[in-house]
Amino acid sequence: MERFGFFTDTSVCIGCKACEVACKEWNEVPDDLVGWAGSSHDNSVGLGADRWRHVAFVEQPVPLGDQQANFRREGGDFRWLMESDVCKHCTEAACLDDCPTGAIFRTEFGTVVVQPDICNGCGYCVPACPYGVLDKREEDGRIFKCTLCYDRLGEGQEPACAKACPTDSIQFGPLEELRGRAGARVQELHERGVEEARLYGEDPGDGVGGAGAFFLLLDEPEVYGLPPDPVVTTRDLPGTWKHVGLAAGALLAGAVACFAGARR
Amino acid sequence: MNLRVPSPGELPLVRQLRGADRLGRGAAAESRWSKELRARTATADRTVKSVCPYCAVGCAQNIFVKDGEIVQIEGDPDAPHSRGRLCPKGSATRQLTTGSSRERHVLHRRPGASDWERLDLETAMDMIADRVVRDRRRGWEEEEDGDLLHRTMGIAALGGATLDNEENYLIKKLLTALGVIQIENQARVCHSSTVVGLGTSFGRGASSTLPGDLQNSDLIVLEGSNMAEAHPVAYQWVVEAKARGATVIHVDPHYSRTSALADEFVPLRAGTDIAFLGGIINHVLTTESDFREYVLAYTNASTIVGERFEDAGAEGLFSGYEEATMSYDPRSWQYEGAFVGAAAGQRDQEGNVDRLQEDELGGPGGRGEIRRDETLRHPRCVWQILRRHYAAYTPEMVERVCGVPQDVFAKVCRLFVENSGRERTTAFVHGVGWTQHTIGSQYIRAASILQLLLGNMGRPGGGVMAMRGHASIQGSSDIPTLFDTLPGYIPMPHAHGHDDLADFIAADSPARGFWGNMDDYVVSLLKAWWGRAATAENDYCFEYLPRLTGSHSTYDTTMAMVEGKVKGFFLFGQNPAVGSANTRMQRLGMSKLDWLVVRDFSLIESATWWKDGPEIESGEMRTADIDTEVFFLPAAAHTEKEGTFTNTQRMLQWHHKAVDPRDDQRSDLWFTYHLGRKVRERLADSGDRNDRPILDLTWDYPTEGEIEEPLADAVLAEINGWNADGEMLSAYTELKADGSTSCGCWIYCGCYAEGVNQTARRKPASEQNWTGGEWAWAWPANRRILYNRASADPSGKPWSERKKLVWWDEGKGEWVGHDTPDFEAGKPPDYVPPEGATGPDALRGDEPFIMQADGRGWLFAPAGVADGPLPTHYEPQDSPVRNLLHEHQRDPARQLYEHEWNRYHPDPDEPGAEVFPFAATTYRLTEHFTAGGMSRWTPYLAELQPEFFCEVSPELAAERGLEHAGWATIVGARGAVEARVMVTERMTPLWVDGRVVHQIGMPYHWGPNGLARGDSMNELSSMALDPSSHIQEVKALSVDIRPGRRPRGPGRTVLVEEYRRRAGITAATGMG
Repeated sequence: MERFGFFTDTSVCIGCKACEVACKEWNEVPDDLVGWAGSSHDNSVGLGADRWRHVAFVEQPVPLGDQQANFRREGGDFRWLMESDVCKHCTEAACLDDCPTGAIFRTEFGTVVVQPDICNGCGYCVPACPYGVLDKREEDGRIFKCTLCYDRLGEGQEPACAKACPTDSIQFGPLEELRGRAGARVQELHERGVEEARLYGEDPGDGVGGAGAFFLLLDEPEVYGLPPDPVVTTRDLPGTWKHVGLAAGALLAGAVACFAGARR
Repeated sequence: MNLRVPSPGELPLVRQLRGADRLGRGAAAESRWSKELRARTATADRTVKSVCPYCAVGCAQNIFVKDGEIVQIEGDPDAPHSRGRLCPKGSATRQLTTGSSRERHVLHRRPGASDWERLDLETAMDMIADRVVRDRRRGWEEEEDGDLLHRTMGIAALGGATLDNEENYLIKKLLTALGVIQIENQARVCHSSTVVGLGTSFGRGASSTLPGDLQNSDLIVLEGSNMAEAHPVAYQWVVEAKARGATVIHVDPHYSRTSALADEFVPLRAGTDIAFLGGIINHVLTTESDFREYVLAYTNASTIVGERFEDAGAEGLFSGYEEATMSYDPRSWQYEGAFVGAAAGQRDQEGNVDRLQEDELGGPGGRGEIRRDETLRHPRCVWQILRRHYAAYTPEMVERVCGVPQDVFAKVCRLFVENSGRERTTAFVHGVGWTQHTIGSQYIRAASILQLLLGNMGRPGGGVMAMRGHASIQGSSDIPTLFDTLPGYIPMPHAHGHDDLADFIAADSPARGFWGNMDDYVVSLLKAWWGRAATAENDYCFEYLPRLTGSHSTYDTTMAMVEGKVKGFFLFGQNPAVGSANTRMQRLGMSKLDWLVVRDFSLIESATWWKDGPEIESGEMRTADIDTEVFFLPAAAHTEKEGTFTNTQRMLQWHHKAVDPRDDQRSDLWFTYHLGRKVRERLADSGDRNDRPILDLTWDYPTEGEIEEPLADAVLAEINGWNADGEMLSAYTELKADGSTSCGCWIYCGCYAEGVNQTARRKPASEQNWTGGEWAWAWPANRRILYNRASADPSGKPWSERKKLVWWDEGKGEWVGHDTPDFEAGKPPDYVPPEGATGPDALRGDEPFIMQADGRGWLFAPAGVADGPLPTHYEPQDSPVRNLLHEHQRDPARQLYEHEWNRYHPDPDEPGAEVFPFAATTYRLTEHFTAGGMSRWTPYLAELQPEFFCEVSPELAAERGLEHAGWATIVGARGAVEARVMVTERMTPLWVDGRVVHQIGMPYHWGPNGLARGDSMNELSSMALDPSSHIQEVKALSVDIRPGRRPRGPGRTVLVEEYRRRAGITAATGMG
């Protein structure tokens, strides 16, 4: 079946957090009032078991394309970047590789889902995720994250966040189509002088084999709190197994040799 | 989760080995949960069509119901205006309506009691009805100086913008019949000045266009609007316009999420927009870059004003000012040789009525001959007056007053001119950033003038888009729970020496244009209210209407409460203890009431101030001493009732009921209908003639169900109106003044055309054009862009192919186009009125502003605006800066209130002014709704913005020692609040007249109750009002800021008193 995903175009994000709320309403995610964070307009801090979409706010005295902030202080430039973050639904998903119970699986839509009836909360997936997405809900004991609204997809409906997004910053669709759309959008922005526009996570050749949820960013990923070059933590697993196999073989050979020698 | 032992074939390992998924990461690992997963949207029993209850974008919602419970609420993708999208508030609708924070039972607080008690609903209703009957009598005023008043001052009501049109209609109808005049709602404190500004300029006081039309704009100027935050779903059209190549400018004191996507952010000092807009007007006039053909044909530029008019000049005072009353006699502003009444604003007041005797003008209502000079050279033609008035508004002055550098200002002027004319259009978008000033109406007038000069009215991508804030605040303006109007913007009658219907019509109905048919509208309304009792012989019960004597705005009512004149007060979903200016005065007023009825979802601050308000903490009030009896009646949500909301684009959308309300929760339709029924029962045997209006009132609505819910459908049908045969009317042009038609709101006539509820239409966007004309129904007559006749030239051809909208089809002999023509369909462009024609017939075929007495857009307003015919820059009531443009520091006609708790700040050059050196402004955040009643109790929203904070620049933080994420105390003459400190470069200092002015930004949503708590910014604001609209000034005020939290207990009052002493504030301060 065709793979589906998200394209989050941060160049039209207005930081409204409809995605955060629509996600919580649909998935019945518990509320988590953590208090005023003093971090621009971000008071929900980051992705977690109780927040599957999170909007980052970045204020910088830096120009953006041809936009003019007209501040009279030195430099006078300013930009306010906003980005709605989400589970990347990696092509090579370390969480899935590491899950010992089979709770995490890849759906027919190519998305990565934690099945709550299987998950025992062992937490192996938590350090495995290169983006820090997987998180344990302490009062529950299990791991929760974005399911890309697996239930809605099954009915041919788009995920709640993408549906709500007022400016279409969050787009849902077949991954290949989204990649085409994203490429065209970057080109359009470049032509308009927004040279900072770039894609993040759309490249199948990257460290996670390309993300099922990728982004158009207006600066380096670190600026948004995203890892610049994420690598699936289980990438070396086949090699490791090879070495393990070789070592086991050598041990076996040694043992055989020992026994053989003893007979002599 | 129910456990079941799986069969061996279901075991993951077996599936892995038998199926294609050998690695066991896909289908083989699929659990039972995954297999059985179904979306609630798919398993729901039914989908109910509804409308979001938050802001006035009116996003269409689908409510999914299963087993009688709401399981999901999300956007309706068919809707042309919202396209299935919802903002965070709209997305939280299910939690709002089904969450645990809603009260379910009636609560009662006895006078002096320390806590609530439960009360059954029926008893509460009986008790309230008893009090209404008693206190209506106690506050009765029959006459004053021989003028009939026929009213009660004992009862007041506030709120309605969150309610359905049908509910507002019943509230206004019932209370008016009881003689109550102190009826107000959120529209007063939000957009009343828009109604005056747009109404006097163009003829109707509502947004001329729809957000969806912004996609056709070449330039969008967002000024006085934080659109991306306050109306996120409407902002999609700005994003759409940008994608099509439009330029977006955001002019604002504070860089918000709206600014983040704008091409140009123009920071300006709060309260100086008229200087800024006046500067652009001056630029257009001096460079003659106006759209001259449009200006000559469609505006009053060439009209000659009477000899007695004197411009405001350097002094800043127009002719007709009366110092003693701080008000204008507007008669000298009239056109030469003719009198024209205003379509909005100040009507049926002394000035108009006096004109009845003025034969020189040929009588009232636009009789007489308007004189024009098409060369625009006559020194008293509007064009020349405009030139003289704005000559001082130079780029240098704009820089000195607003803090906008000349190069930035020049760029804005260039963009305006480049993006206006035949081929291109510019739209203004404004919100309460423009309206909430002591000269708020004139802000809107200034934008209107600019749009007329540049030819942007009535055309695609043009217009003035007023972004309104509540689900039906437009509806509660149209069907007004407001003191000064009757449904459809008919003025409430004032007390005059004469009192018959004919005089009332004569004083307010101009001879020309559609207001010339005012008698049709008024008589049909009186028939709707008093039915068979209203006859030609008794003037259709016109005498039953209570009379006004001046302003009875919510702030006047606050003062009347403080003075103990008001006995009982209804709050319908409004929270003045947080949301109105000077919240201390609001609470003081409520503490003097005999009884208070609060209808809301949760225990808002206006319901609990008597036990936990700031004055209880400070010791200024003691619960035991407060004799106000309080009834809390839980309200039904929009999901639990049916009816219409009118959104910001004048569109009435019917929302269907999804589920029944629980326990004591009831709709306001239920409350008002049954209260009326009980009051009528109590008065049934009365022989008092003052009880006739309530007993003769048509009040026989059908009800359904166990709780006897009145049918909103029947109320909407009454609003639409019917003829003598009981057939539903299709258009207001069918109304008659002979008593044969009945219509509850003439501008809504047609919403039930052909007996079909047109407001329930939901034709998908994909099946119609971009105007969305077949989705629901818009007033007037389903026209989506007002004044669209002006999209064609005088001969009826579109000004350009690119901007065509409505045009004259010679073959068909009618106006055709993409929208319903806002013009008589068959009136040809070359129509010239015959001698003696009146009403619509007296307007030419090339006069597109059909509500205006001269058919034209008013650059100069000869009537309707209380503080002058042209917008003039005055500083806010409390400003740290001297008025550099005019000698008068403040609006000379503004409305002030003298009270110890409502003191004003000194003039900027007076000693003591330095005590309040900073300019503060206020705004909304995406995550919250107005005074917080629908967001601070909603966990998913509260957690996103959990606390009150202020925003300051790094420069101000350094100057005052404020630490990011620390606390600050902000102080003014009325109060002191504490806020978390957000130090951000988004706040920028401005260089104003050679010195730095720091600004402080404050979102205003908080109060002490709910999940997200904090001080209310309105503890700081004052009651100082715009004289035309009676709106308060909360967008610009001077304050001081200091690090640290505010004192607790009595210390807070001590701190404010100390500031007042230091500033030398007395009762006279700021009053001049």
